[in-house]
Amino acid sequence: MATLWFWIVAAMIATYVVLDGFDLGAGAIYLFAAKTNDERRRVLRAIGPVWDGNEVWLIAAGGTLYFAFPQLYASSFSGFYLPLMMVLWLLILRGIGIEFRAHIENPVWQDFFDAIFSISSILLAVFFGAALGNVVRGVPLDATGYFFEPLWTNFKLSAHPGILDWYTVLMGGMALVTLTAHGSYYVALKTDQDLGRRARGVALLCWPLQFFLTFSAFVATYFIRPGIMVNYEEYKIGILIPVVVVASLAVMLWANPKGKEKLAFIASSLYITFMLVGAAFALYPVVLAARDHEHDLTIYNTAAGNHGLSVGLIWWMFAAVLALAYFVFVYRMFRGKVQLEEEHY
Amino acid sequence: MDSALFVHRLHFAFTATFHYLFPQLTMGLALLIVVLKTIGLRRNDPLYHEAARFWGKIFGINFVLGVVTGIPLEFQFGTNWSNFSRFAGGVIGQTLAMEGMFAFFLESSLIGLFLFGEKRLSPKAHWWSAFGVFVGSWLSGYFIIATDAFMQHPVGYYTASDGSLQLASFWDFVLNPWAGWQYAHNMCGAAITGAFIMTSVGAFYLLSGKWTAHARIFVKAGVIAGCLFSVMQLFPTGDRQGKMVTDLQPVTLAAMEGLFHSQAGAPLVIVGQPNEQQGKIDNPLQVPGMLSILSYRRWSANVRGLDAFPKQDWPDNIPLLYYSYHIMVGLGTLFIAVTVVALLLLWRGKLFHARWMLWILMLAAPFPYIANTAGWMTAELGRQPWLVYGLMRTENGYSKLVSAGNGMFTLLGFMGLYMVLGIVGIFLLWREIEHGPAVAAMSNLDPAMEAR
Repeated sequence: MATLWFWIVAAMIATYVVLDGFDLGAGAIYLFAAKTNDERRRVLRAIGPVWDGNEVWLIAAGGTLYFAFPQLYASSFSGFYLPLMMVLWLLILRGIGIEFRAHIENPVWQDFFDAIFSISSILLAVFFGAALGNVVRGVPLDATGYFFEPLWTNFKLSAHPGILDWYTVLMGGMALVTLTAHGSYYVALKTDQDLGRRARGVALLCWPLQFFLTFSAFVATYFIRPGIMVNYEEYKIGILIPVVVVASLAVMLWANPKGKEKLAFIASSLYITFMLVGAAFALYPVVLAARDHEHDLTIYNTAAGNHGLSVGLIWWMFAAVLALAYFVFVYRMFRGKVQLEEEHY
Repeated sequence: MDSALFVHRLHFAFTATFHYLFPQLTMGLALLIVVLKTIGLRRNDPLYHEAARFWGKIFGINFVLGVVTGIPLEFQFGTNWSNFSRFAGGVIGQTLAMEGMFAFFLESSLIGLFLFGEKRLSPKAHWWSAFGVFVGSWLSGYFIIATDAFMQHPVGYYTASDGSLQLASFWDFVLNPWAGWQYAHNMCGAAITGAFIMTSVGAFYLLSGKWTAHARIFVKAGVIAGCLFSVMQLFPTGDRQGKMVTDLQPVTLAAMEGLFHSQAGAPLVIVGQPNEQQGKIDNPLQVPGMLSILSYRRWSANVRGLDAFPKQDWPDNIPLLYYSYHIMVGLGTLFIAVTVVALLLLWRGKLFHARWMLWILMLAAPFPYIANTAGWMTAELGRQPWLVYGLMRTENGYSKLVSAGNGMFTLLGFMGLYMVLGIVGIFLLWREIEHGPAVAAMSNLDPAMEAR
């Protein structure tokens, strides 16, 4: 039962990163890919009806994590106290940046919210990457199952690491590049003319970086946690994961210059999903690694009671079907290239 | 008081209080917008559609502020209250996850359609999007109330071998008897906020002689809804909520009412200052025997005072609890008085010209916010010193490894950020109100625009 919930939560987090990832990425390229007011409005129009729904995946994934693994929620959220609070501030700023920009037709007002939207998107992408880096690298959990990490110590791997060290910064950089590319494919898909061309150009520039960082991340992760290969050796099916990752990288490189935006976007989504699945597959059954492995938090010592988990499965499946239906409906409703209308964004 | 405990309590209290300024209007307006759209559809009256569209714009700004200030609350269960989450997460995780899965997905998907989709949808379909937003926001309210109800009156759980609480019965937990009345009471409060805001804007337009056709709709709908929900706020919901506190948290009742000593035929204190040092109310103005009637339906019933309970189980801030409760009840009573008079004037056809009443209605806007805030403070201060009533004390629930200094840092950060949000929000809402309903209507109805 706990294993099932592990994969449900992992799937929800992956869905969040794929969906909110494209609007974060759109935010990251926003200031330099969209130059005129019309172009900026078109980017906002492309993500406007969906960004809030995308962000709900974070809330829902967080809620589901809380429900299924309360001990993990307690330990990780209190341990990552400072960065999480900053993530909250950034999410708040980003939300009002998107929504409040259009309310006043004044270039100063709009430039201000443009900058807030774009900078907070960039920082959020980096923070999320660094967070994943922390989970993979391990944190200084003690026997009570708690820890507290300062933002940084000496940027080295030590017994007292900070949120930011060379490894988590590397992961943050990879997340930024990945989501920037992902957002560019989305903007290219949803817009045309100069804006669409520029977005494709950004994605093209991202590709070599993304390739290099993916490779570096593999090497660095193996270097700091040689144990990550154990599951891959035990369950041979795992070998498919890097295959899909490499294949989707290849598809992105091929599809983007040909103007096959939808294919490139799908490949980018697959890339993100399988990078995260690969990490989850490697970690399982550990959910938060300790620097000292006997204090690892696993699905077994963090899961909620069995009755709660079984009952939850019933309503979760029901709600997930409904959520899927809303998403299909909304995305169909706002499908196609963005047209500017008189109002909103 | 341990200063880390104090910082963590203030952290949650501040962010939750600020957050709830927005959802109460969201939930109240969602209901009223559905009413306006329904009338608009049935009578085929464009004025009602314009009214709904105008309130949709206000709703949109308010909704965004509610969403962005709501996310920190879910996080804080883990960041600031990790021991509590570890203890009770196996139970309350259910409702918190369900809120995300059932309410937020529905609400966030349909809000886009509601705010941006009127031209793409048929009028009926657009009505459904408004209705969906209403259902989503009211569902969300229930899940939060059910979570709070577990903290007030834990049911449906068992204690696992590691000491944590786990779910024993889903339906016992979700249908907690505490949750039912608290939900009804809370939602009436939200509807009052929506109604008073709508009335206030309408009164403002009537007084300034602008948009009077729309303004009459606002005032009429607001006064009728305001009167209905103000009465229901007192009876049955407030009365039943009070009965529940009497039965399940008697020490809280004593502290709320400022009853220091047990007595038969206990009086109801209307005003007066609790004097904890001397164990009495200073300058009391009271109705003899009334508290016994309200609590037990008998003049002579014995009501247990604070002295009937060990001091360590007393709520830890009795004066604030007492004032919160009295402010809530006092304002609630005023709401009934104001809306009943306004309703009479409306019925006699005099309301739209009674400038004195319009002034009162216009200036009444902030008071539902104060009353709702005071109500929540009553509920949560009244729960003290327990985090989960009878099971976990507040001092054991916070994150022990998050120091007071780190907590203060983020608390100050939130205060600064929320001040900016508040100012920007008020500024934007004021602009929409100044623009008025007809502007919103024109850009939507112009066929040339639709063809673009």
